[in-house]
Amino acid sequence: MSQPIITARGVSKRYQLGQIGMTSFRDELERLTGRFRRGRKIPSAPAGEFWALKDVAFDIMPGEIVGIIGRNGAGKSTLLKILSRITEPTTGEITLHGRVGSLLEVGTGFHPDLSGRQNIFLNGAILGMSRAEVSAKFDEIVAFAEIDQFIDTPVKRYSSGMYVRLAFAIAAHLEPEILIIDEVLAVGDAAFQRKCLGKMESVSRLDGRTVLFVSHNMAAVSQLTNRAVVLKAGQVQFAGPTSQAIDRYVEEFETHLVQSYATGPMPRKWPGTGHARIEQLSFLKATPIFESNADIEFDLELSVSRPIEKLRISMTVFAADGSAVGGSFGIDVDCAGAANDRINWRVRLPRPTLAPGRYHLDLAAGQGDFTGDRQEYDVVTDVLYFEVLPPKSSGGHLARWESGWGHLILPSLQCEPI
Amino acid sequence: MNSPAATYKIRIRPNESWLHFDWAALWQYRDLLVLLVQRDFTAKYQQTVLGPIWFIINPLINAVVFTILFSRIIGIPTDGVPPILFYLGGQLAWNYFSNVLGSTGNSLAGNAGIFSKVYFPRLIPPLAMCGSSLIAFLIQLVVFLAFWLYYLVFMPAGAAFHLGWSLALLPLLVIQTAAVGLGVGLILSAITAKYRDLQQLTGYLLQIWMYATPVIYPLSRIPERWRWLDNLNPMASIVEHTKLILLGVGSVTFAGQAVSLLISAGTLAFGIVLYQRMARTFVDTV
Repeated sequence: MSQPIITARGVSKRYQLGQIGMTSFRDELERLTGRFRRGRKIPSAPAGEFWALKDVAFDIMPGEIVGIIGRNGAGKSTLLKILSRITEPTTGEITLHGRVGSLLEVGTGFHPDLSGRQNIFLNGAILGMSRAEVSAKFDEIVAFAEIDQFIDTPVKRYSSGMYVRLAFAIAAHLEPEILIIDEVLAVGDAAFQRKCLGKMESVSRLDGRTVLFVSHNMAAVSQLTNRAVVLKAGQVQFAGPTSQAIDRYVEEFETHLVQSYATGPMPRKWPGTGHARIEQLSFLKATPIFESNADIEFDLELSVSRPIEKLRISMTVFAADGSAVGGSFGIDVDCAGAANDRINWRVRLPRPTLAPGRYHLDLAAGQGDFTGDRQEYDVVTDVLYFEVLPPKSSGGHLARWESGWGHLILPSLQCEPI
Repeated sequence: MNSPAATYKIRIRPNESWLHFDWAALWQYRDLLVLLVQRDFTAKYQQTVLGPIWFIINPLINAVVFTILFSRIIGIPTDGVPPILFYLGGQLAWNYFSNVLGSTGNSLAGNAGIFSKVYFPRLIPPLAMCGSSLIAFLIQLVVFLAFWLYYLVFMPAGAAFHLGWSLALLPLLVIQTAAVGLGVGLILSAITAKYRDLQQLTGYLLQIWMYATPVIYPLSRIPERWRWLDNLNPMASIVEHTKLILLGVGSVTFAGQAVSLLISAGTLAFGIVLYQRMARTFVDTV
């Protein structure tokens, strides 16, 4: 146990900007001939390079489940591709003491014309299993995927759910010493996701396999892993216990959340009456990250162009996937706003008990509400992005909220004997 | 948990040598090779009416067209062999070669999707193509033998040919054919991975190459002083050799055969090196 199963030292990966994408032979010829023709200079591909990874080093011990987290573009995918030997580093070296199974996509190499049975063998072989290994696990895979009746049907006739379940089932039964999992768990229904997470967890706990798990789902990372590596701009920013790593990641995320929005010049999706215009929105907090039981508060500035008598604010909360979570209307307030007036209000949404995740708002200024006559002066969309943290458990670590449970944490159930 | 750690050790680093090649990994993935051969063969005729019969129809139609066009109308001699047998025999090795080259010539760009998601030795898909084309070759061989038997039984006068012990050499010729086809296919894959428009080239290359190879004419028609040129074309010696084995006609020299073997081996080696080199960072450019 003293020897690390994965050792990375000084791993860097450089991409040549402008060379990404295949060129055609004609372009290349033009570039070549252009060199000889005087007076005509054909610009070569824009010079420049981009380091997707820079001097990355870490050790991973056998049996560990390690999370890799970081924002988009931090280098997670590049690191996975190098670890899975899909591409090679520009400098540095990684030593792996074991077979690697990588799962960057489910169902890689599935052939639509082949039956489920044939695809199990084919996909298993692509993922590095021998025919004997697949045979030994065949029944288990079919049972796990819940597709026994359709095992001899071509997979092109499968529903997308069956397709994904079969692909997952094969992957979940991989038995390499090192398992690398990208954010593939984002697909599939919630119940099946839980089944897969459980399977992977047990694979690691019981068989002592090493798992590298990349995800944006902090709850899944915190549930599954005990150690995590935080990548930022291609460099390891932190490597250590998962809870600390998540704190670092959230801190990192904070700096990218905007605290205030100048909404005056923003394009509008919905035309308003034009009596007033929302000019400025800003959170009270410097970083819009809220505890799950906190009020969401922000300030709003309105410019009035035609006299109004009443004003009320309403909003719709949207989840990161774009689905509406819910709406809220304020009440009409008398305000003799004259033309050219500026109105400043503080708006508070009391304890919305949102599930952990990222949200944003559509905001409207108008009068009246959904129960009667309603008029909107101005509507702004996609503003005030914020994040809600998972509730802390009594032990102090982050609780897990399954995505399938919805975006709202409803009030605690009240049960009593009758 | 202790034993595998001792067994497997994988080093990932920028590859310093052009010649580094992981033979062990190729062996480890042999099951995948077999499955890909099966997949390719079954997928080819899944949803067709006649299925694998197409492997018979194509060369037959070609042989009939060649017989009418080159033998009857233009009058190119067939060294005294019934024309249909001559053309079927000539096409055997050539069709295998052109199938291998055609199906492996785009191995990198054609597999970009899967190569960017999972690692397995990049040589496996082109090798599998050699295998699945071999099935088509065997079917054609059976068709040829059926015609051969017919001529032997019903037209003994025309059958001045015989099958001898030299038939044992046929598998060696098949291997050589695969080597040349794969070698050129791998070189083309490496080139088309970078310059996609050169994929158009494969078709023309095959067409011109066929006319440079004694498929529809006997090598003996080539003037003596130009014969050496055909030594540089490994397919010429292979096709001529197959005809000699199966039909008893053909001009094969030891020196020519040696040169052809050398060129075949060199092409394959060069193809593998170039392909492997390109495959290592190919996904970065997709």
